[in-house]
Amino acid sequence: MKVTVAVKRFNPEKDDTPAFHEYEVDAAPTDRVLDVLMHIQRKIDPSLAFRKSCGHGVCGSDAMVINGRERLACKTLLKELTDKEGTKLIIEPLRTLPVQKDLMVDQTEFFQKYRRIKPFFINNEKAGPKERRQSPEQRKIIDAATSCILCSACYSACPVVQGENPLYLGPAAIVQASRFNNDSRDRGFELRLPELDDPDGIWPCNNYFNCTQVCPRNIKVTKIINLEKNKIKKFHGQGEGHANPE
Amino acid sequence: MIHEYDALIIGAGGAGLFAALEAGTSVRTAVLSKLYPIRSHTGAAQGGISAALGNVEEDKPEWHAFDTVKGGDYLVDQNAAVILAETAVQAAYDLENRGLPFNRTPEGLIDQRRFGGHTRNFGEAPVRRACYAADRTGHMILQTLYQQCIKNDVSFYDEFQIIDVIFRGKKCGGVVAVELATGNIHLFKAKAVLFATGGFGRMFGITSNAYANTGDGPALLLRKGVALEDMEFFQFHPTGIYGMGILITEGVRGEGGILRNRGGDRFMEKYAPGLLDLAPRDMIARAIMSEISTGMGIKGDRSITDFVHLDATHLGRDVIEEKLPEIAEFSRTYLGIDPVEKPIPVQPTAHYAMGGIPTDENGRVVDGRGRVYEGLYAAGECACVSVHGANRLGTNSLVDLIVFGKRAGMDMANFAKESGHLALSENTVDSAKEKIARLMQPGKGPDPEAIRSRMKQLMTENIGVYRSGKDMSAALENIKTLREDYKQARVRDTGKSFNTDLLQILELGNLLDLAYVTAACAARREESRGAHARMDFPDRDDKNWLHHTLARLRGDAIDIDTKPVEITKWEPKPRIY
Repeated sequence: MKVTVAVKRFNPEKDDTPAFHEYEVDAAPTDRVLDVLMHIQRKIDPSLAFRKSCGHGVCGSDAMVINGRERLACKTLLKELTDKEGTKLIIEPLRTLPVQKDLMVDQTEFFQKYRRIKPFFINNEKAGPKERRQSPEQRKIIDAATSCILCSACYSACPVVQGENPLYLGPAAIVQASRFNNDSRDRGFELRLPELDDPDGIWPCNNYFNCTQVCPRNIKVTKIINLEKNKIKKFHGQGEGHANPE
Repeated sequence: MIHEYDALIIGAGGAGLFAALEAGTSVRTAVLSKLYPIRSHTGAAQGGISAALGNVEEDKPEWHAFDTVKGGDYLVDQNAAVILAETAVQAAYDLENRGLPFNRTPEGLIDQRRFGGHTRNFGEAPVRRACYAADRTGHMILQTLYQQCIKNDVSFYDEFQIIDVIFRGKKCGGVVAVELATGNIHLFKAKAVLFATGGFGRMFGITSNAYANTGDGPALLLRKGVALEDMEFFQFHPTGIYGMGILITEGVRGEGGILRNRGGDRFMEKYAPGLLDLAPRDMIARAIMSEISTGMGIKGDRSITDFVHLDATHLGRDVIEEKLPEIAEFSRTYLGIDPVEKPIPVQPTAHYAMGGIPTDENGRVVDGRGRVYEGLYAAGECACVSVHGANRLGTNSLVDLIVFGKRAGMDMANFAKESGHLALSENTVDSAKEKIARLMQPGKGPDPEAIRSRMKQLMTENIGVYRSGKDMSAALENIKTLREDYKQARVRDTGKSFNTDLLQILELGNLLDLAYVTAACAARREESRGAHARMDFPDRDDKNWLHHTLARLRGDAIDIDTKPVEITKWEPKPRIY
């Protein structure tokens, strides 16, 4: 089928501002958006720049805004974007993060915020000679958070980051913090607390739910953020938290 | 720009990161990757990491080592297999102690599941040896190691692609890399360099491998005169998603999944009556192709593009959601098939390079006579210890990364403490600069996409699951022609920063060289062993072919030498399951 693809291009070496370029390609409904981009880059315009690697939604390289919404290009099939008028793709880079070229964005601030929350296992008690024990139930608690691939879709979609409070830690960093804070084996909650319990830490989340809607790993991000807020309140002796913060 | 480090790691997958963690405790270390480290292909590994913990049933490292040797069709260097199996136990605990979230038994121990070729008591029955984290074990390992690198302040150079390796005689002095963001060329001086650049499945049309898997490490070293080992042995994983090559983990069969043909039969009963669907991967891939060629594929058209069914419907929703959620997601997303309800269409997909850069048991790169290249190391899929021989067992790659990545890291640090840098001048980068300049010349070169497609087609059709002398020789000639065409290659994007066109053309050159060596070695080996299956030589021939292949590029010709297999514990026997 014929597909019209509009890609927001920007080459800092040549352009002052980004602009849409249009391409016509022949594709199948089961093709991925990534397949379309690869076709354009390999057969039509080799200067088209985008990140990709695994091609099946596990590495997180190709998060971008497709038809107005953050998605992984390799996990989005054309048939999802087809309506009675045909298939038109509008492809743009992620929001907020500075555009490096075309669909490549500078993820430095995203990774800096991630690194700040000490995204590593903390337990200084001497481990035995074998594994530390953890029950299947305890393991299940962190299951969703462990599947985060740091693709930045949630960060891009977050209205707080976009404008309300650009210093906000952002959803992914909080999910990563919660992965450890809720791991029965980890002891680093208080070490991570200062970054989370900060006016620009976890508190700016305003329950927009954009993150939850766009997460390609189906992580209930907003819920995790709220649970973590409750955990912090409880730590301060602020009684039983509930799902809706003030 | 010139950078100086004691230990330099190229590649930020499991092997590279573990080596960096190890070396970084005592010497100045940095990791170069052409991707962001967490995008590395280790993250796509699914099924598990094998270690004889014995948490669910009795198990011993000796059994694991034996399974590895037999799985490799006796081309495995047996001491390396013993090291792998013995070290695996502590390696699994080490990962857990660093936070890796393994699935757990009811008692809270690391849970283990069955996997192809892993048995108790030297082949008696399948054994639960694969430690797993849902079916995203690789993702968990990669993330855990990267988290540890953050904790330990490891230095990273993200999105730097290597284009040259510096030698003086047999001493390695560093690498030259191009920085994607700026197009600038950097010289990295190092006392010890580790190549952990992963596999090169992108030589083939249908592959489980990421776009990034283009064998940059082995290709660069090959062009510098280093011989590559056992290149003819490339594994085709039996269960890739039909038409796409996306991996469906062997873990599905480990949990009880069954392969079925057009008649709904469990056809592995014919080919491996003992282990059935848990036979080693090369045997299953061949079984699938045999079923297809006799019209028992699901389409029944005997074409190379036919497929079979992987039936997990009897496992139940709970098992699939808890232990196989990733592949369920792939199946639903890309095929619209829910494995709880319907079988998944699968076919063999180019998956893993058993061969690569020859090393000793400490990751040091060696030549054909076992002499060490000073300061040069390799680990992970791009290396050949050889711990996988002619075919790799599932879950042995993740173990390989941890065990030999760590050993290489240790040896690099010790070596670096005792040695100095090579004296390198500004001119050291000239060769790399010229290469880039040639590619950036004005004028139209051959269409790189045409070269790439043709290479993939030749490899898939002629150096696949079943091979024949006539087809391989013809493919070899055609690949030689493609290499000649490539010499005139030009980039089509002449920009300086974020020029992905340039990087892809460099990668294509690497794939062509590796395809060339693979085809030459495959054409030469006149027997069937492990993943190398010849229709014209269907039997294993230990008398004439029980040796490793070493292939060197001399100009445009390939010289093939051999080296003995280390057989210390188990004499080669017929490989029956």
